[in-house]
Amino acid sequence: MIEVRNVTKAYGNTAVVADVSLDLPHPGLTVIVGPNGAGKSTLLSIMARLSPADSGSVRIGGMDVATARSDALARRVAILKQDNVMSARLTVRDLVGFGRFPHNRGRPTPVDRDRVAASIAFLNLGGLEHRFLDELSGGQRQRAFMAMVLCQDTDYLLLDEPLNSLDMRHAVETMRLLRRAVDELGKSVTVVLHDINFAAGYADRIVAMKAGRVVFDGAPGDFMSAAVLSGIYDMEIAVHRIGDRRIGMFER
Amino acid sequence: MADAGFRADASRETVVLAGLATAALACAVVYMTLGVRGGWDFVLPFRGFKLTAMVVVAVAIAFSTVIFQTVTQNRILTPAIMGFDSLYAAIQTALVFFLGSRELAGIDPNLRFTGEAALMVVFSVALFRWLLSEHGRSIHLLVLSGVVCGVLFRSLASLLQRVLDPNEFSALQDLLFASFNSIDVGLLGVTSVVVVVSCCRLLSIHRTLDVLSLGRDAAIGLGVPHKHMVTQLLFLVAVLVSASTALVGPIAFFGLLVANLAYIAVGHRHRAALAAAALIAIIVVVGGQTVLEHVLKLDSVLGVVIEFIGGIVFILLLMRGAYR
Repeated sequence: MIEVRNVTKAYGNTAVVADVSLDLPHPGLTVIVGPNGAGKSTLLSIMARLSPADSGSVRIGGMDVATARSDALARRVAILKQDNVMSARLTVRDLVGFGRFPHNRGRPTPVDRDRVAASIAFLNLGGLEHRFLDELSGGQRQRAFMAMVLCQDTDYLLLDEPLNSLDMRHAVETMRLLRRAVDELGKSVTVVLHDINFAAGYADRIVAMKAGRVVFDGAPGDFMSAAVLSGIYDMEIAVHRIGDRRIGMFER
Repeated sequence: MADAGFRADASRETVVLAGLATAALACAVVYMTLGVRGGWDFVLPFRGFKLTAMVVVAVAIAFSTVIFQTVTQNRILTPAIMGFDSLYAAIQTALVFFLGSRELAGIDPNLRFTGEAALMVVFSVALFRWLLSEHGRSIHLLVLSGVVCGVLFRSLASLLQRVLDPNEFSALQDLLFASFNSIDVGLLGVTSVVVVVSCCRLLSIHRTLDVLSLGRDAAIGLGVPHKHMVTQLLFLVAVLVSASTALVGPIAFFGLLVANLAYIAVGHRHRAALAAAALIAIIVVVGGQTVLEHVLKLDSVLGVVIEFIGGIVFILLLMRGAYR
């Protein structure tokens, strides 16, 4: 269970996250959507203790993220940010191996090696494990970071726009993977996404933010209506039913 | 990891480090024995002191640069480029200015070093903690602030030097313009201890340092208490820079040269990179001094030669875009 209570964060006089309260059930796949600058990534960063909230609190699995020990939290929560640049030159396997750091403090055991190999296979990175990160395409690198985060083997996963720079096949595979992590492994996954159709296709729950506030919090079925979507994005969005799915379409 | 690729990596690392260690040892032996005339009982302690000092300085600069580059996530910044040395010079000038050289000369050199290093630690940790905090993570802001701070400290020092009594000024010159040829031997004891302790601490946390090189967000995500860690590392960097600057004075581009050579030789894992950087630094300083002293008969130019080569490496790195 992730409990967000009255979280507020401002840069200067602009509130980026304004008095947000949420209860995200465990397990479950929650997708946070919203226009640019709505405060989605900032909220996720606060939940992952990457930046401090001005006021309010976040508890994950009963631990207050602002006060709990960082290494204890790292065994419960994993975070993947949008842009991952680093100065060190690492191979895919080295990077994925770092996901085990919270468990082994950098001294890999046979169990860790198996987990690393499993993560690499899970994300279709077999054959690339000895390549350096700067020799990979954007999508491959994104998957390498996903493998690292999965390797961390935490109950809670927070992912900031994990579908960026993925092609359609890998985007679908990533969402299926997250779905399986929830259904089969009982994890709690929170994802920031931009594509509302991806959001509605896989989420158990959708949270929409606008100007720092939560403006919608409910089931994908309720989210996919022209009135709700137009209110969030300030543009005309038509919702069509195709088969058993609702698809949102922008006006040309 | 148990696969063949990593094992090949590890054995290559061992071979490279063993090679560097042999070369460093050879440089030391040649330095101690080449062209000895007269009594060994004079030459051995005389050269031994100098050799120890050169090793201490080399290790201090190598470690402080690699660590600083890990903290700042960058391969062209060094403590020297960011104005650590000029801060040290400013502190020394201020001490001569406010206390007077006679007072200062009366103070035990170890005590003086401890005081100066403490001031240096307080200033630099405060300054860089602030620069590297959540709002100051832009690399351009960091470089610019470093350059500006460097100029500020240098200007403050030269302002004080201008209003200083000429006699005081010449005493200060002695303190500031140390070089590999006029090493401050009185400080050798305390600086060696400080450098050995700092380096042992850094080697003992090499796995955490590896995680830190993934960047702030990833390191926090993996459970490294980033703020606490960075403060501790900046503290150690300030101590190491104080030690090397106190012994031989500021050397701007030396750290940059050895750190980048180390990355090329053994990659970015800290245990190997720190060891390689230290060994390369020893080879450059001791080997360079041997060649200049005995082969070319040029006694005083090692600093200049190192700066020249280091400066060229700096420009090459800038042109290759290694600042990313």
